Amino acid sequence: MTDRPQTSAKALDGELLGRLDRRRPGLLLGSLASGALVLVFFYCWGYQIANGIGVTGINRPVFWGFYIINFVFWIGISHAGTLISAILRVTNAEWRRPVTRSAEAITLFALAIGGLFPLIHLGRVTIFYYMVPYPNSRMLWPNFRSPLVWDIAAITTYIIGSALYLFLPLIPDAAVMRDRAAAGLKKRFYAILALGWRGTAQQWHSLEWGIRILAVAIIPVAVSVHTIVSWDFAMTRTPGWKSTIFGPYFVVGAIFSGIAVLMIAMALLRRGLSLERFLTDRVFNNLGLLFVTMSLVWGYFTFAEHLTVWYSGDLPEKMVHHVLLHGDFALPFWTMVVVNLVIPVAVLSFPRGRRPLPTALVGCGVLVGMWLERFLIVVPALSTPRLAYNVGDYLPSWVEVGIMIGAVGVFACLYFTFTQLLPIVSVWEMREGWRHAAGGAAGGHVETAGAAPPSAAASPAPGGGAA
Amino acid sequence: MTRWGMAIDLDRCTGCEACVVACAAENNIQTVGEEQAREGRAMHWLRIERYYEGEFPNVRTRFMPVLCQHCGAAPCEPVCPVYATYHNPEGLNAMVYSRCIGTRFCANNCPYTVRVFNWFDAEFPAPLESQLNPDVSVRPGGVMEKCTFCVQRIQAGKDEAAQAEREVADGDVKTACQQSCPTKAIAFGDLDDPDSEVSRWAESPRSFSLLGDLDTRPGVVYLSGSEWREPPE
Repeated sequence: MTDRPQTSAKALDGELLGRLDRRRPGLLLGSLASGALVLVFFYCWGYQIANGIGVTGINRPVFWGFYIINFVFWIGISHAGTLISAILRVTNAEWRRPVTRSAEAITLFALAIGGLFPLIHLGRVTIFYYMVPYPNSRMLWPNFRSPLVWDIAAITTYIIGSALYLFLPLIPDAAVMRDRAAAGLKKRFYAILALGWRGTAQQWHSLEWGIRILAVAIIPVAVSVHTIVSWDFAMTRTPGWKSTIFGPYFVVGAIFSGIAVLMIAMALLRRGLSLERFLTDRVFNNLGLLFVTMSLVWGYFTFAEHLTVWYSGDLPEKMVHHVLLHGDFALPFWTMVVVNLVIPVAVLSFPRGRRPLPTALVGCGVLVGMWLERFLIVVPALSTPRLAYNVGDYLPSWVEVGIMIGAVGVFACLYFTFTQLLPIVSVWEMREGWRHAAGGAAGGHVETAGAAPPSAAASPAPGGGAA
Repeated sequence: MTRWGMAIDLDRCTGCEACVVACAAENNIQTVGEEQAREGRAMHWLRIERYYEGEFPNVRTRFMPVLCQHCGAAPCEPVCPVYATYHNPEGLNAMVYSRCIGTRFCANNCPYTVRVFNWFDAEFPAPLESQLNPDVSVRPGGVMEKCTFCVQRIQAGKDEAAQAEREVADGDVKTACQQSCPTKAIAFGDLDDPDSEVSRWAESPRSFSLLGDLDTRPGVVYLSGSEWREPPE
C-alpha cells in the first residue's frame, strides 16, 4: 500500500464509494442472471418437497449424494473468508486491507447456502427442527452422540460469528454511506446498519476491540466447523470414511477451496469495479503464495491418507481404494489430482503465474477439484459396502443438478446485491492503511495511536454530522 | 430379561425366498415397482444374498439371508440425531417412524446395508390395501425402516401369555420369515434362555456372526458347516 501514501482520506473515500454510486450494467446483468438461477433453485426444491426425496438419484446403498457433497463443498468455501481474513488480521498483514470485506461476505453467503443443503437432503424436511436442541413434550432431547447434532451447533455458531464478523467492520462504512445518501429509504437503510455510528474515539476503541476479539475467536470456530463436518464421515465405521486424518484434511481442503473462491471473486471485482489501485498485484502475489502453499499441504494430506489405507491392506478399505484409484472413479480422482496439485504448483510457483487472471483460472480448477474431492469421499465409499452383494451405483437426477446450479445462483445473487449496496472494499481500513504507511514514513508514531485509528483523529469523522 | 435373537441355518437354506415374501406381507412393506427396483430402491427387510463359487460349469451357489442383525452394539444407533432408532431393553434395534426425519445416516453406518428407505409415500393400489396387516403401521415417505423381528408378533405373544397368566414360552413367538421357511432354517426366541431353540442353535460349533470381526454383537447367528464363514469378495 506504499505506492500512494499521500492520497488524502477524502479522495480515497470518493474514489471507492464513487464506484458504488455509478450504475454498473455488468453487475445488474449478473444480478438478473443469478436471480433466474435462484428461481431454478427454489423450483427444484419445491418439486422435491412436493413429490418426495425419491426424485433424486440416491438409492441403497448410496444414501447420500449431491446434497451432502454440496454441503461439504459450500461449508468449505465459507472458510475463505472468515478464517483467511481473521488470520491476516491477527498477524497484522497490511495487504489484507482490500481483501477482508469480500472474503467475509463470501463466508456468510456460502455458509447460508451450505447450511441449507442438509435440510434439502432430509427425507422429511418439514420436521427438521427435531434436530434442534430443545426437548419435545416428552422431554426427549436430540441425540447428542450424533455428529449431525454437533453439526447444527457448529454451523449455527459459525453463521452467527461470521455475520458479526462481517458486520462489525462494516459499521463505519455504513455510516459514511448514510452521510452521503440523500434523505429517504436509502438513508434509513444505511442508518440502521450504522447503528448510530458517530466516529468518536470511544466508538473506535470499542470497534477495534470487538474486531480483535472476534478475529481471534472465529479461528477455532472455523476450524471446529469443518472438523465436525469431517466427523459426519470419520465417526462412522464405513470403509473409506473411518479415518483419523479427516479432521485436519477437511480443514485444509476448506481453506484451499476458500482461497480459490477468493481469488476468483477478487479478480472479478478488480475488473468489474476497476479496483486495480486497491487490489494490487502485490495482493494477488501474496494470496497466490498462500494458495500454492495450501495446494501442497492438501497434496500431502491426500497422499498420507491414501498411502496408509493402501499399506494396511485391510480388505473393505482396499476395495474402496481400488475403485477410487483404478476403478470406476479413477477418472475423477486423477482429474482432481491434476487440477488441485499439478496445475496450481506449476502455475503459481512462478511470479508471473501469481497475477489476477492466472490465479483466478487456477482457482476455477481448484473449485472443480475440491468439489470432486467431496464427491470422491461420499460416493465410492457408499457404493462399495462391506457385503459385496450390495454394490451400488449413483447417478444424480435433474433435481439434484438443478439445486446444485441454483445454489451457485443464490450465492452470486447475494454477492452481487451486497456489492451493489455496500463497499466491497473496507473504506476505513484502507484509509487506516494509508495512514499507517504515511505515519511509518514520518517516524512510526502509528502504534501510539492505538486507542483510536488515525482516521478518527485526522480525517473528517464519518457520521460527524447529524444523521 | 428376554433378549430376542435369531439363528439361521445356512446349510438348510435353499434360497427359495418364501421368507422375503412373507416378510413383505406381514410388515406392509411397499412394493416399489420395476423401475425403482432397478435404481436400487427395492425395500425388502430381508434379502437372500447369492454368492457363486467355482468356475462354470462347476458352479455352486450359496445363499445368505441377510436382515437387520439387531446388533448389541449397533453402529446405526449413535449416529441418529433424533433417536428415531434406539436399542430397546429386550435387545431389539427399534425404529420410531414418527421421529425419523430421513437423514439416512443410520443406513450409511450399517455394515450390513440392511436399512431401506421410503423414497416416496407408499402406495397400495386396490385391492392390495385390503391385505395390509392392521398391526403394523404403513410408513410415510422420507422415513427409514428395516426388520423389526416382527415386533407386533412379539407383542401379541406377550399379550397372550399375560392373558393365560404364564410366562412367554419358547416357540410362542414366531417371526413371519421363520413361519414360512419350508426347510425350517430359521429359529427365533430368547437368547438369554439357555434351553430355547435359538440358544441351542447358537451354541452349535457351526455358528458364527456375520462380519463378526466388527464386534457389533449381532442378535442374529448364522450356522454353516462349510469353510465359508465370511462372504467372499
